[in-house]
Amino acid sequence: MKSRTLLRHSKEGLKNIGRNGWMSFASVSAVTIMLMVVGIFLILIANINHIASDVEGDVEIRVHIDMTASEEDKEGLYEQIDAIDNVAAITYVDRDEGLDQFIEDVDEGSAELFESLRNENPLNDVFVVETKEPQLTEDVAGEIEQFANIDTVDYGEDIIEQLFAVTNMIRIVGAALVLGLMFTAMFLIANTIKLTIVARKNEIQIMKLVGATNGFIRWPFFVEGLVLGLLGAILPVAAVISGYYYLYDLLVTEAILSFVDIVPPNPLTFEIAAILIGIGALVGVWGSLMSVRKFLRV
Amino acid sequence: MRVTLKIVTIQGMRERKMHVFFEGSDRLIEMRDVTKTYGNGITAVNNINVFIDKGEFVYVVGPSGAGKSTFIKMTYLEERPTAGKIYMNGTDLDELKRKHIPLLRRNIGVVFQDFKLLPKLSVFENIAFALEVLEEPRHVIKKRVFEVLDLVRLKNKARFYPQELSGGEQQRVSIARAMINHPPILIADEPTGNLDPQTSWGIMDVLQEINARGTTVVMATHNKEIVNVSPKRVIAFEGGRVTRDEQRGRYAYEK
Ligand SMILES: Nc1ncnc2c1ncn2[C@@H]1O[C@H](COP(=O)(O)OP(=O)(O)OP(=O)(O)O)[C@@H](O)[C@H]1O
Ligand SMILES: [Mg+2]
Repeated sequence: MKSRTLLRHSKEGLKNIGRNGWMSFASVSAVTIMLMVVGIFLILIANINHIASDVEGDVEIRVHIDMTASEEDKEGLYEQIDAIDNVAAITYVDRDEGLDQFIEDVDEGSAELFESLRNENPLNDVFVVETKEPQLTEDVAGEIEQFANIDTVDYGEDIIEQLFAVTNMIRIVGAALVLGLMFTAMFLIANTIKLTIVARKNEIQIMKLVGATNGFIRWPFFVEGLVLGLLGAILPVAAVISGYYYLYDLLVTEAILSFVDIVPPNPLTFEIAAILIGIGALVGVWGSLMSVRKFLRV
Repeated sequence: MRVTLKIVTIQGMRERKMHVFFEGSDRLIEMRDVTKTYGNGITAVNNINVFIDKGEFVYVVGPSGAGKSTFIKMTYLEERPTAGKIYMNGTDLDELKRKHIPLLRRNIGVVFQDFKLLPKLSVFENIAFALEVLEEPRHVIKKRVFEVLDLVRLKNKARFYPQELSGGEQQRVSIARAMINHPPILIADEPTGNLDPQTSWGIMDVLQEINARGTTVVMATHNKEIVNVSPKRVIAFEGGRVTRDEQRGRYAYEK
């Protein structure tokens, strides 16, 4: 195609947007709303993934060794655990150290109470085992439980299971919602453009009877859909970037939620912006071409 | 005699990028046992055999509803026959691929009975459109559009929109558009239907002139005076059938 023709198609597409002002506005609004929600979801999902992997990374197995175990028993146990495939690291924490750590973690009043217990330390010596993948924790813990000289093995079973359940659900629901919204917006755009096309049906028929190819007729619609989609992306992109920077500042710099670690806005917001622009363009073009399709059979 | 579909760019037309359906025979329209029954059950064209050769000037006459427009619409595939065979310039329309239909249409100048002008385009743009699809350069388009506008005496209305024109003026725009490509065949469905006698003769002069230059002209008409004063081959339709096909025929119907 010659550049002159491309120019003609672009002009034609833009003219159509202007001519069908209200319909164009409706289409752009549909895309805007859809991308806004998609943007918010992408930010949520990115952060949930981030937090989840943080927490998952913290998961460890605590192997409480029998009080009666001898040094050789402990060494034997260490070797056994070390021999398990998916074990990444083993740290030995003896009962005194364990109490120290514990006292450090609790508040001052309780610290004193536990300090007085030092002579009757209720804690066991512990092997802290880290697995290669957080998801392997349960299996590895199960294997360790079979070994001798063990009092108990704990790894926060409930927390892990719940965490996985929740994060997976949020990811799936999020993805489903995003997909659903995308299709809704596509159909909205297809329908709004279709409304304007019904009026243009005669024109398309005439163009075809005068010898225009389907491609020639489609191009302006391609441009129109692309522009509508891109226009629809402007507001969500601006909102995602500025909104998230603002939120991040508020939460992190102002330390309102200092214990929650959220994803920094750079490069996340720009990646999301690129995704939104891409989805906008895709939805616009697809919706627009969908709607001309059936009018081309002349 | 008949060869399979060939699309060649014939010499001289290369620079205009006009693909022409070309067989080497002089037969432009060939209809064999063609019938068209519309979805509503009306058989508008009933088992006709029509042959039109290169260079001919043909009137298609007959009472309203006789099937003239249906006959014309089948030549450029606005309608497809329900039975029979149509060859345009030797090309079997049944074998014509969808994507080649636009090429066929660019080689048939059609003046539609209802004009079919694009309402949102000016007179100039309406005519230019037929050249834009060929990706002609701007200055060529401009030159050619004004040439044909001159021919149909509408140069001064180039910037007008169809709804600002009288019926006769719209008809002339439609004629100008049909001629812009210098198609080998021009098919006009009542090109003088809305014109006063003087303008009608003006249009006839134009059609006869392009026919003299080698363009085949097929013209459906109710204009008794024109047919009788300027006698040519007449194909008469009645109730979907061809009832008469004679050289230098007469109109022979009351309107
Ligand atoms: N699209 C259509 N669907 C159904 N019936 C049609 C259609 N077009 C035409 N007909 C019918 O076919 C018959 C022939 O119509 P056609 O338009 O070919 O007549 P015509 O000879 O061109 O008449 P006129 O001189 O009034 O233009 C008519 O009875 C008409 O009602
Ligand atoms: Mg008719």
